[in-house]
Amino acid sequence: MIAADTPDQRAARLLTVGRDGEIRHRRRSDLATLFDPGDVVVANDAATLPASLHGRHEATGAPVEIRLAGWVTPGDPTRFLAIAFGPGDHRTQTEYRPPPPRLNPGDRLRLGPLIVVIDRLLDHPRLVELHFVGDTASVLAGLAGHGRPIQYAHVPSPLALWDVWTSIAADPVAFEPPSAGFALDWRTIAAWRERGVRLATLTHAAGISSTGDPALDARLPFDEPYRIPEATSDAIHRAKRHGRRIVALGTTVVRALEAAASSSGGVIAGAGIARNRIGPATRLAVPDAVLTGMHAPGESHYDLLRAFADDGTLRRTAKVAQDRGYHSHEFGDVMLLSRQRAVSAARSHRSASASRTPSAPKAPAKPRLSQVSTRGLEIT
Amino acid sequence: MTKTTDLKPAADTGFRGLRIAITGGTSGLGRALVRQFSAAGARVAFVARTADRVKQVAAETGAIGLVGDVGQKDDIYPLALQITGTLGGLDILINNASVLGPVPLIPLADTDCEDLEQALAVNLIGPFRLTKALYGALASSAREGRGALVVNISSDAAVSAYPDWGAYGASKAALAHMSAIWDAEAATQGIRFLAVDPGDMDTPMHAAALPDTDPATLKRPEDAAAELIERIRAALAEQQSAPEAASA
Repeated sequence: MIAADTPDQRAARLLTVGRDGEIRHRRRSDLATLFDPGDVVVANDAATLPASLHGRHEATGAPVEIRLAGWVTPGDPTRFLAIAFGPGDHRTQTEYRPPPPRLNPGDRLRLGPLIVVIDRLLDHPRLVELHFVGDTASVLAGLAGHGRPIQYAHVPSPLALWDVWTSIAADPVAFEPPSAGFALDWRTIAAWRERGVRLATLTHAAGISSTGDPALDARLPFDEPYRIPEATSDAIHRAKRHGRRIVALGTTVVRALEAAASSSGGVIAGAGIARNRIGPATRLAVPDAVLTGMHAPGESHYDLLRAFADDGTLRRTAKVAQDRGYHSHEFGDVMLLSRQRAVSAARSHRSASASRTPSAPKAPAKPRLSQVSTRGLEIT
Repeated sequence: MTKTTDLKPAADTGFRGLRIAITGGTSGLGRALVRQFSAAGARVAFVARTADRVKQVAAETGAIGLVGDVGQKDDIYPLALQITGTLGGLDILINNASVLGPVPLIPLADTDCEDLEQALAVNLIGPFRLTKALYGALASSAREGRGALVVNISSDAAVSAYPDWGAYGASKAALAHMSAIWDAEAATQGIRFLAVDPGDMDTPMHAAALPDTDPATLKRPEDAAAELIERIRAALAEQQSAPEAASA
């Protein structure tokens, strides 16, 4: 597929895959009329941190790029899990980026006005836990002034925060944009309202999509904190009770909804940490459809789509998207994928007692994030 | 002071815990608002251009001081990030920072185009950009049944055609009209917009515009702030009594 290489989304198209696998080609603006009264569209309103920071390793003077990638204590923007790179920037594909200088606990990095101290190495030379020197306000000021949005080689020109904040972006907790939200504008939201389609939100700290290292990539997504407002939980309960659809705007929303799924078919409001992996074995409890970018087999979000559709349907969709010149990646076209009737039927037999956080069969060694403190958070 | 607080907790004011951002927070009306909202138990972040004065007002009030210029495009998102990051969201945005345009005041025919542009950049485009960047946070607040209010500080110069007030008056008129349109558009999201004329105040800006005025004839910014806070309280109460917009 052709990678969308600028943040200009005016031309974006929309491909829809119905419950029986039928494919249609539409315009993104058609989103305004695709849903029925009573349906609930759930979006991730996380704003995105400028999580890429360039600087130097104090001991050696070697250049380093830090990409913040996970919360140590949700709500505390002075401590993070991070991926470290050596020289270069986003214009080099991550898999070709040199490793960072050898990092040890206690090492200091100077990143513009910010000073970072490495707290721990997390069993991979690129993966560290670190803290910024200073209080919340001074660290946020440093990030605001020096940080850049994380970006990849397919978008060469430097991005600004306004490129990566969606229209609904509120709390800055994501490390990369919850990009399905780029499909939203206030006119669409107003049109939904007119039709009786409800927009509900949750806040999910979307993590990074690629580290450039296969061993680390296999651990993605890391644990991600989320928060679901009462109003969203109520709207989902109501819609489920009346047999209406729940549409997840983006893979992060799917993950949060499934992590918070309750036995009664709704979601539990409050804060939580998504540790779940969603894949072909997942019996989805909440979303009936997902709006997401165009993903081909082997890409990071593809496994999650396998919870919605069988491989045949997904392969056919990817081929059609390829042939029709759809654009991939975060600034590209979008796809509305309904949970396939066949998949729903098969899985409801198979996993009547499925856990809320099923592991995909191929799940590799889990990241050692269980060591990471999650103080201050509980599922209420 | 402590005793008063004990007897009459700040929760009585209804502002405790509300998350409020104020631009132009180091002088005049803005500083008075920072002081009074902070004293009322609100969580306040304010913006101003001069680091030393920001530090001073932050130390005095306990509010979060942010250095930035709303007239500069590149400052807006960094400010929005710091506002939402430090406050954990936003309930009320007060676009108070503004510039007079050329001083001493001069007729439009003598006004440099660049000076008009600068007045529009700070008094109109700046509030537009900052509101847009924070609109998601305000909408989120509304969805959760909290207040969601944008207050744009206007002026009688937005209404009356005072000679020599062209740059300022045109920018404030545009700001007031933008507020009215945005209020109509945002009602369904549960966000309200108010354009408020605080009256002629004894502020550095007024002294620059009309240096010969006897300050005793002018409103104290503290009084104007108290009046504005009453307006805001009333607007929030109205929102609470008409919650349909945010939820249905």
